[in-house]
Amino acid sequence: MPNIEVNGKSYETDEEGYLVNLADWNKDVADYIAKTENVAMSEQHWEVVDFLRGYYDEYQIAPAVRVLTKAIGKKLGPEKGNSQYLYELFPYGPAKQACKIAGLPKPTGCV
Amino acid sequence: MAETVVAPPLRVIPIIPELKPDAMKDVRSFVANEKIQTAIGFPGQLVDDWHDRAIGKMGELLEKYRSLKVYMDACVHCGACSDKCHYFIGTQDPKNMPVARQDLMRSVYRRYFTVAGKLFPKLVGARDLTRDVLDEWYTYFNQCSECRRCSVFCPYGIDTAEVTMAAREILDTVGYGQKYTNEIIGKVHSIGNNLGLPGPALIDTLQGLEEDVKEDTGVDVRFPIDVQGAEVLLITPSADFFAEPHIDSLIGYAKVFHAAGISWTLSSKASEAGNFGLFIGNYDQLRKIALRIREAALELGVKRIIVGECGHAWRVAYSFWNTLTGIGAGAEDPFALQLQRQLDGRYRQPTHICEFTWDLIERDALRFDKSANDQYVVTFHDSCNVARGSRMGDLMGGQFEIPRNIIRAVANHFVEMPENTIREKTFCCGGGGGLLTDDLIDLRVKGALPRMEALQEVAQTHGVNFMATICAICKAQFSKVLPYYNFDRRVVGGVHQLVSNAILLGPKQ
Repeated sequence: MPNIEVNGKSYETDEEGYLVNLADWNKDVADYIAKTENVAMSEQHWEVVDFLRGYYDEYQIAPAVRVLTKAIGKKLGPEKGNSQYLYELFPYGPAKQACKIAGLPKPTGCV
Repeated sequence: MAETVVAPPLRVIPIIPELKPDAMKDVRSFVANEKIQTAIGFPGQLVDDWHDRAIGKMGELLEKYRSLKVYMDACVHCGACSDKCHYFIGTQDPKNMPVARQDLMRSVYRRYFTVAGKLFPKLVGARDLTRDVLDEWYTYFNQCSECRRCSVFCPYGIDTAEVTMAAREILDTVGYGQKYTNEIIGKVHSIGNNLGLPGPALIDTLQGLEEDVKEDTGVDVRFPIDVQGAEVLLITPSADFFAEPHIDSLIGYAKVFHAAGISWTLSSKASEAGNFGLFIGNYDQLRKIALRIREAALELGVKRIIVGECGHAWRVAYSFWNTLTGIGAGAEDPFALQLQRQLDGRYRQPTHICEFTWDLIERDALRFDKSANDQYVVTFHDSCNVARGSRMGDLMGGQFEIPRNIIRAVANHFVEMPENTIREKTFCCGGGGGLLTDDLIDLRVKGALPRMEALQEVAQTHGVNFMATICAICKAQFSKVLPYYNFDRRVVGGVHQLVSNAILLGPKQ
């Protein structure tokens, strides 16, 4: 398995760069993964990542895109509560790219 | 990975492309690791005696499936299939010509199972199964989406998908499985669906949808789950609970049930229509995955089983559920017979959601405001497993007509893409058959070329801005690859997404 190295510490990832162990995640690791994805983390990015991690804690899965947009809309206003906003933040697709940065497993299936 | 993938230019005149030998030899889907493989009963890694086991398995399959033996023997290399494959057209790799892909297996077949190949291998193009050949199988049999378009043009009716399935079955048997498909099959068994969506998350999502629809329409449309004694069990791809645009079709189904006043339920046990056992040609997995639906139907006591917008699931349901599970008439074990007694014989079992909706429209039981879809000029992308592996309704070609009839009933502007790219000649979206994975994005973008050319043509001539489809894979694939061809990802959507936009839910005026 490939590994990534952040601040002198090594973390196990899968072939696609997703963290293998959920508990390994921290903000520095997230920053590192974001850089490999060409995503510059801003406050708006962290809001999404934090929401994903909170949801995952409760449900052991990332939220549906619609659940995520609704939550963001409630928090930041309706103009941001749509998938277009999320795609601007995470161009490769909010479901996968944001999960990767949040240290969550990749959603699989027909998504 | 994504940044380096570039869509090939659209062809001005779609002729056979120039060959680029070995263009795709390095595009290999990730191999399944030990954990994934052993979870579904395959060896964890390539076994030491892979050669003998692979040939043994091939012999077994040739015995079991007479069709496979016919396909191995019958091809005369006429070339009719060679330029019919979207992956060949998009990648220009000659090994993606259907005939060449099959010959990767056929050459081995000749060496071990024909007299001429045993005695004079070179004369008849027979090859030993070496490690290189096995690797080549893995690479190119994971560049076939089992869409069967080439089979439509084959004068002998060779079903290329069956050859691919056999190859994948052999590869799995020797411990050389594909990560994407096999990981998902494991999740169906451990969690209940391809996504890995646990029951509580599913319930939370469905509750959220009830709130959304109430907010949009003012009507209490329910999204019931695990309701004992409901009339209908809806089996739909788990992407319908999770992804966009899939979820809009789920809302559409719920609105149709609501408007028709028919009680229905989802099942947390069988929260997945997809059956990736088909993609790897493994009968045991195909059956095991299908049996979850029978269990759920028996437990919930439903009278009808309806299948949502999922291409290969409908092929499995329509063509194989009867003998796999007894849904319809076929299997004869006690549970199958119990289910056959339980289901209402007045209805088609199973029923496609499009058959269900169209039947209601024909009986004038639904009302629409078609102008709600006036911002769209709609076309319809036939999904391969529906088009070439199933049927709908009572008339030949119902699987082509019924979805189109629904679209015409709910939208004012509908146009067809060019004739050689639709109905039974439809081009695969480029992500079917277990290839809808990020590690194959290069293949997926290139494989979408013929469909994108067809879409471009109607976009230019008729202003088409919405391509409806009834398959979760097609929706996910197009959402991802449309931007590579300068289309908005939201150009793709479901047929029931259009239904959802136009349906009137209030009491009849």
